[in-house]
Amino acid sequence: MITAWLILILLVGGLLAALIARWQPGASRWVSLLSLLLAGYGLLEVWLAGQPATPSEQIIYASLSAEWIPRFGIQVLLVMDGLSLLMVALTLFLGVVAVLSSWTEIEHRAGFFQLNLLWILAGVVGVFTAMDLFLFFLFWEVMLVPMYFLIAIWGHEDRAYAAMKFFLFTQISSLLMLFAIIGLAFAHYASTGTLTFNYFDLLGTQLTPELATYLMLGFFIAFMVKLPGVPFHTWLPDAHTQAPTAGSVILAGILLKTGAYGLIRFVLPLFPDAALRFRWPAMLLGAVSIVYGGYMAFAQTDFKRLVAYSSVSHMGFVLLGVFAWTQVAVQGAVMQMIAHGFSTAALFMMAGALQQRLHTREMARMGGLWMHAPRMGAIALFFIVASLGMPGLGNFVGEFMVLLGAFEVDVPLTVAAALGLVVAAVYGLSLMQRTFQGPPNPELAGMRDFGARETGIMLLMAAGLIWLGVYPQPVLEVSGPVVEMLRGAGAP
Amino acid sequence: MNSADFLAMLPHLVLGVAIVLLMLVIAFIRNHALTATLTALSMLASLLAIGPSLEALPRQVTPLYIFDAFGAYFTGLILIAGICTVVFSYRYLQGRRGDPDEYYLLLAIATFGAITMVETTHFAAFLLGLEILSISLYVLIAYPEEGHVPLEAGVKYLVLSGVASTTILFGLALLYNATGSMAFQAAERALTDQPNYEVYVVAGNMLVFGGLAFKLSLVPFHMWTPDVYQGAPAPISGFIATVSKGAVVALVYRYLIGGDGLDNDALVTALSAIAIASMVIGNLLALMQRDFKRILAYSSIAHLGYLMIALLAINALATLDFAVEAGLIYLAAYFAMTLAAFGIVTLLSSSEQDAGDLEYYEGLFWRQPWVAGVLTITLLSLAGIPMTVGFIAKFYLFGAGIEGSMYTLLWALIVGSAIGIFYYLRVIFIMTHRPESTLRNERPVARGAFAVICLLGLTVLAFGVYPTPLIVLVGMAISGMGG
Repeated sequence: MITAWLILILLVGGLLAALIARWQPGASRWVSLLSLLLAGYGLLEVWLAGQPATPSEQIIYASLSAEWIPRFGIQVLLVMDGLSLLMVALTLFLGVVAVLSSWTEIEHRAGFFQLNLLWILAGVVGVFTAMDLFLFFLFWEVMLVPMYFLIAIWGHEDRAYAAMKFFLFTQISSLLMLFAIIGLAFAHYASTGTLTFNYFDLLGTQLTPELATYLMLGFFIAFMVKLPGVPFHTWLPDAHTQAPTAGSVILAGILLKTGAYGLIRFVLPLFPDAALRFRWPAMLLGAVSIVYGGYMAFAQTDFKRLVAYSSVSHMGFVLLGVFAWTQVAVQGAVMQMIAHGFSTAALFMMAGALQQRLHTREMARMGGLWMHAPRMGAIALFFIVASLGMPGLGNFVGEFMVLLGAFEVDVPLTVAAALGLVVAAVYGLSLMQRTFQGPPNPELAGMRDFGARETGIMLLMAAGLIWLGVYPQPVLEVSGPVVEMLRGAGAP
Repeated sequence: MNSADFLAMLPHLVLGVAIVLLMLVIAFIRNHALTATLTALSMLASLLAIGPSLEALPRQVTPLYIFDAFGAYFTGLILIAGICTVVFSYRYLQGRRGDPDEYYLLLAIATFGAITMVETTHFAAFLLGLEILSISLYVLIAYPEEGHVPLEAGVKYLVLSGVASTTILFGLALLYNATGSMAFQAAERALTDQPNYEVYVVAGNMLVFGGLAFKLSLVPFHMWTPDVYQGAPAPISGFIATVSKGAVVALVYRYLIGGDGLDNDALVTALSAIAIASMVIGNLLALMQRDFKRILAYSSIAHLGYLMIALLAINALATLDFAVEAGLIYLAAYFAMTLAAFGIVTLLSSSEQDAGDLEYYEGLFWRQPWVAGVLTITLLSLAGIPMTVGFIAKFYLFGAGIEGSMYTLLWALIVGSAIGIFYYLRVIFIMTHRPESTLRNERPVARGAFAVICLLGLTVLAFGVYPTPLIVLVGMAISGMGG
């Protein structure tokens, strides 16, 4: 039941924020923040209530099931297990970050902005908890429309192009997924005589190898576009660069994770044989994404574009880990998803803060900013080293586990992927060098440093990364049983 | 004829009598508001008459008409569309010169023609209904006196529609030659009884479907659509897009099911090619338009192409019921979306010019947020985004296509939808532009038309979120199919 409440709180909170903005535009962000905190409190309760008796026990924290369209056996089926719980927690946390990061940035139609923001989050929470494929697809699409508005209305100079590209890429790929979902349901119908979209019923559907491959590819492409993996990544730099700060935070921190989540939850468990036949090409794409993303990041002159390409690189690790499909690798991928959510969200906030102050994202016009804004400099340095995989921080744990797990499966690809760590150090340090170090630009002398609000959010995320890096055990314990179950789902 | 016959045809009788009364009233009192209200009320009365008529269904009344739940479903859709059109027309004609009373009379007659077409399995009655509908439309399209554009559109429709009707007639003559009967069911029997006549049957079918494809504005018979939609008054464009096409779809269903008309590979191939061409070319041409009415015209071409998937799925007999179900659901969705879109065009039109050019929609979000909201829902529904009835409809088509293994058509559907998103989103994007200072002075929002648009938008959302009532309704229409 709590899952439905989470979604409802966000939906209603969005409407309230839009309504209240008519009388008091500033109040809408408070409404937004409060509804996120309320949802977060609800989630915390669920987490605490569902402590396992033994560490390996698989826990269902909350579930809800109701008839919806009986004609096709479609249900409202919302289930929260460990993986969903982690992802929803990340969503709500970054939601708060997004609201706080856009506290002063948005002046035009603030109420409608908060509405879109909260509705994206509602859609994402739905994606992470829906266990009926029809419902999953519904949420998958529903989160697109407000994201489109976020980029199209509050984006930067080239927003029309970016918003359209974002929507087209995801929409076309999700049509393929819709094709695959219906195909799978009908194949299940043909072999068992019951038409259902229930995920748990569809696990283990008998498929001919050929059909399984086609259906698997339908899902795979949709998730690859969202992830994004090379060669479906080209929408990402544009969308990120043009989106407002809160949009980038949500896009990088949360929306990309829906793609990774889809791979873990659907592609491999539903089509274990077809997906494992496809293991090598998929892992290759992962390794290529890692190296190519890093290479492209180094070549950028735009702060946000650089961070966007670094996302391609980091999500390559997730792809690699998921398709390695060993326990360690998949858990590493989950860890990487969470850590990347924090570090990238922080870097996008940094880019947003710089743009608000300097009205540019071009690194050529920055340099020596540490002089003017030491707090910003220190914080940027922290998140850059986190992002390049410094031991002791969350990203390192994720990448290390992925490489460890992938090593058992394919040595050459793992070696190639490990090169990504070197490339990350190169673009990361060059980003630091070009913006905060070097000769100071005297024109920027009056630049405002981070205030209490911004420093506070950043320190919170930094604390999260340190926690993940030093003591990742709680997260691994929550994700472990689920990953084991998913890995076992397709096994004979 | 006995009382059960009369009960079965009650909706038709009510509308027929109402038309006569309307004519008499107009002869004595010419009053725009009164005529519009009476027209809407007579359609409403006819709609309500469907309820009591249901208990007498299905019923064959003379060889010409078959009244059944399937026909009642279409009659209901058409009458609802008719009522919406009346409300929109009142808004559209307000403040224009002249007394527009005949306009409403013609609208009622056109509606009557349409509901005649959906209740027949006989060529004579079908042609009768088609011509009643078409001839009224010639006048309605050219109704506005100002400018030559409506006149041009009217003449274009007159000539081309005339050609199409003739084609259909010639096809019917060939079929009659082969079968000696004007009933839809005869074609199949003739093929088994007298194989020598096969060429007549195939040629006749081809001609009939060619003419019908014109009425449905499928590629390559679509040339008239954008010009007519652009030139005609906005409510009438909506009427053509929904009522006139919906009635033909009902007829095609009856023809295909009753006459087993698709039992021929050449015909299936031809129709598949037409469907694919409509989906792809309709969407591609829509990309290049700067006029919203033209965009809607091309989008309707594409949507009828999508609908053809459901029609062709009848061919795979195992999916017969599902194919019909998919088509009926799609049509209901298409009606709601299209009417809402043309209703909004009407609402934004000034008394001099229709709100065709996309610049009418600049910044609409900030000027009229509710209208923009409904238009956004409508466009997302046309694009097939979930939570709207357009998605449920597309979901049905995917289901029908996959069960019928019609993968080529489904690829065309995917490609077409992908292109479609682009131009629907472009309109939405234009609506989000920051407001400019050069606002055109707009007429105050008409309450009636606004309420109808909101209702349509709500329908699109409600059936998108919870489609079960619609599915149940369609299920009843199919199980109660007579003939």
